[in-house]
Amino acid sequence: MSMLSVRNLKKAYGALKVTDDLSLDVEPGELHAIIGPNGAGKTTLITQLSGQSRPDSGQILFEGRDITRLGMAERVHLGLARSFQITSILPGFTVLENVALAVQAKDGSSFRFFAPVAREEVLNKAAMHKLRDVGLADRAHLKASALSHGDHRRLELAIAMATEPKLLLLDEPLAGTGGQDAEALVALLLDLKGKITTVLIEHDMDAVFSLADRISVLVYGEIIATGTPAEIRANPAVRTAYLGEEATA
Amino acid sequence: MSVAEQPMPRARMLGRTKAAWVIFALAALLPAFAALTNDPFLTVIGTRILAFAIAAMALDLILGYGAMVSFGHAAYIGFGAYSVAILSRYGITDISLHILAAMAVSAVFATITGAISIRTRGIYFIMITLAFGQMAYFFFVSLSAFGGDDGTTLADRSTFFGTRFLESDLSLYYVTLAILIGLFLLASRLVMSRFGRVLTGTRENMTRMEAVGFRPFRYQLTAFVISGCMTSIAGVILANQAEFISPAFMSWHISGELIVMVVLGGIGNLTGAIGGAVIALLLEEIIGIFTHHWKLYFGIILILVVLYSPGGVSGLVERIRGPRK
Amino acid sequence: MTNLFILQLLNGLQFGVLLFLIAAGLTLVFGIMDFVNLAHGVLYMVGAYLMATFVAMTGSFTLGMLLAIPAALVFGLLVEYLVIRKLYHRSHLDQVLATFGLVMIVSEGVKIIWGSAPLSVPVPELLSGSIALVGPLQYPVYRLAIIATGLLAALMLYLLVNHTRIGMLLRAGATNQRMVAALGVNITRLFTMIFAFGVMLACFAGAMVAPILSVDTGMGESVLILTFVVIVIGGIGSIRGAFLGALLVAMVDTLGRTFGPILLRMVMDSSDASQVGRTLAPMLVYILMAAILFAKPDGLFGRKTT
Repeated sequence: MSMLSVRNLKKAYGALKVTDDLSLDVEPGELHAIIGPNGAGKTTLITQLSGQSRPDSGQILFEGRDITRLGMAERVHLGLARSFQITSILPGFTVLENVALAVQAKDGSSFRFFAPVAREEVLNKAAMHKLRDVGLADRAHLKASALSHGDHRRLELAIAMATEPKLLLLDEPLAGTGGQDAEALVALLLDLKGKITTVLIEHDMDAVFSLADRISVLVYGEIIATGTPAEIRANPAVRTAYLGEEATA
Repeated sequence: MSVAEQPMPRARMLGRTKAAWVIFALAALLPAFAALTNDPFLTVIGTRILAFAIAAMALDLILGYGAMVSFGHAAYIGFGAYSVAILSRYGITDISLHILAAMAVSAVFATITGAISIRTRGIYFIMITLAFGQMAYFFFVSLSAFGGDDGTTLADRSTFFGTRFLESDLSLYYVTLAILIGLFLLASRLVMSRFGRVLTGTRENMTRMEAVGFRPFRYQLTAFVISGCMTSIAGVILANQAEFISPAFMSWHISGELIVMVVLGGIGNLTGAIGGAVIALLLEEIIGIFTHHWKLYFGIILILVVLYSPGGVSGLVERIRGPRK
Repeated sequence: MTNLFILQLLNGLQFGVLLFLIAAGLTLVFGIMDFVNLAHGVLYMVGAYLMATFVAMTGSFTLGMLLAIPAALVFGLLVEYLVIRKLYHRSHLDQVLATFGLVMIVSEGVKIIWGSAPLSVPVPELLSGSIALVGPLQYPVYRLAIIATGLLAALMLYLLVNHTRIGMLLRAGATNQRMVAALGVNITRLFTMIFAFGVMLACFAGAMVAPILSVDTGMGESVLILTFVVIVIGGIGSIRGAFLGALLVAMVDTLGRTFGPILLRMVMDSSDASQVGRTLAPMLVYILMAAILFAKPDGLFGRKTT
């Protein structure tokens, strides 16, 4: 059974079809990259998969269960987490608090009104663990807004990981980074690979082709090809539609 | 290390709690001062100020920590005040029962109106809470059994576990202070708890909260109800202090003044809300000594504070003292 | 009974167009400028006071109106320049507080200048008296004139918004502020214009009702909150919504107060009915608002806020 199964998904804004009869299967354990030119509908797809927006029609199955109508929070509880293309953190919280809150979401009730949450070692420990994974442990007590852009991207990843997802939706985790930051993040993703099923949207083609087990190419809301990196590179339709210039260059 | 890289200002938080205790200590000494200066009226004003401090602190829970600008909080003061009047008329005189009834009515009203308003954002939320507050106001205006528009005088103050302890202004004052301190401790725990962290999270970034698996609505509504219940206690005290109730307790001007208090003190800071209530009401009293038209000057001060001192008075204090180490 | 119904229907209509005049400007301020203005009600009140003053001064309704409107406009522009303009890019909370301060200043200022006693404005000679409608039913001409003027103003607004360049900018601004800025329109000037326009409509409404209401210091506040209900029901930024919302609120309020107790009397004894009716009637519009919001959180014609 596929981990995630998307069946005939459709969504339109007025006359503009942003998702056009899209079907997709993500197998357990794989890192499945989705690439496509700007405006192909990649982020819109992520918002539908994560529950931030609803498709007009079609079905999304997660581990065989229909989650099309579920909200974002409910999907997170089933094990589906996402990161945001534009960093979305709690700027007034510390780095540790940002992650601890994500841990808290899965750890029992949050309708507890008296015990100081800052002293809950279970939350702090789990959060520190995630921060160590992404290399932010030494900045745990800084205010999140004080971090550099590259560190924001790491924090974004740590928060998503802290919800203990079975499937991770990563919306351009490398966005706006370069050089060492980008390399470090790619190394991080490489480390996650195989441990958590991942859907990756990314513009950095070097990263995509080095990380992905399979790649789907999205053009104008439709998937025109799915295959291994080698197959995608060799696919003539993909070359003309998308990779054209890059591949010949 | 630059300022931005400093660890979270736990020191500042402790400083604020300390500031609250300074206010409480001064408040405890006020009756002595009133006796020395032979001005018992100070204690009466003091009770009013402490009652509004309770309401402002309650409002800050949702406004400061949950970014919900409720413009209808005077309604809860009204529920508190009318609980005293209505129950007393039917022979139920104890303040504990008055407070219970006030909180029960407030909880129901806050749950219903909150469920509708919290689904909206920004300007809508402000206007809808204002409208619901006004609805409650008109309900009591048309309640002719309790004097309608003019209100009614209370025969007696609430009893205090069967005794007539509260008949003395001094004991009412100290009971109010005790309630304020108790609620402050409670609210301080609340904002530092799991629940408080989720609530503060919804203020910072709603989408992020959903994306880690929280449904903000439940937490916001719970906070809204808690805040309403807490505010109603202020109403019970105010009715006892004035020995009079009227819909004027719940006019939208009072809701506005509560917001003013919270902002004057600096939002998202319980001590600030208490300080804001003290400052706003003292300002009213002091301007009132010189002119009947205190509202004119109060309005001017308010606009100047908004335009030139973001962060309110505590923001001002912090800027004057410079960044803390 | 039928006569009473027609009478109350007309009263409701008159109240409705009035609410519309006040709400129209405010909904644009809310929708396009994303600005919370609590001071709109007191501006309406200032309109009425200026009207009372100028009518008393000149002895003429028409002259009074011709002086009151520009004077109100000047006042509105002054307020915009001194306070409002500095708040466009501030948080809603700051806007609420500063305009709340304005409410305090203006209502107290009005008390200082005009005193606390209500003023009255005579109904103009030409529009005094009543005319026969159906059978024995009489209705004051002046109230009919208010209805006619209000409907005319609504029509003009409709044409302005839907068939002129300014209207196009307004509609574009309501959906996408940045786009309007990109068109090379001076946003600050557009805002000033919208604000002034809203003030003028509110003051016009204030001036129009001066002869049938007593002009007093509380008049702005009761209207302000009903105006909010109208805007919330209609959807922020929608003139069409404001029109429908205003009529709905006015009708429910007017008819509810008269017919609520009558209807209740059918199901309970009459003294209870009138008590319950009197208690429920003022709450009806808020219950209506709650019901509409429950079904449509963005109002009848609102844009999605998410």
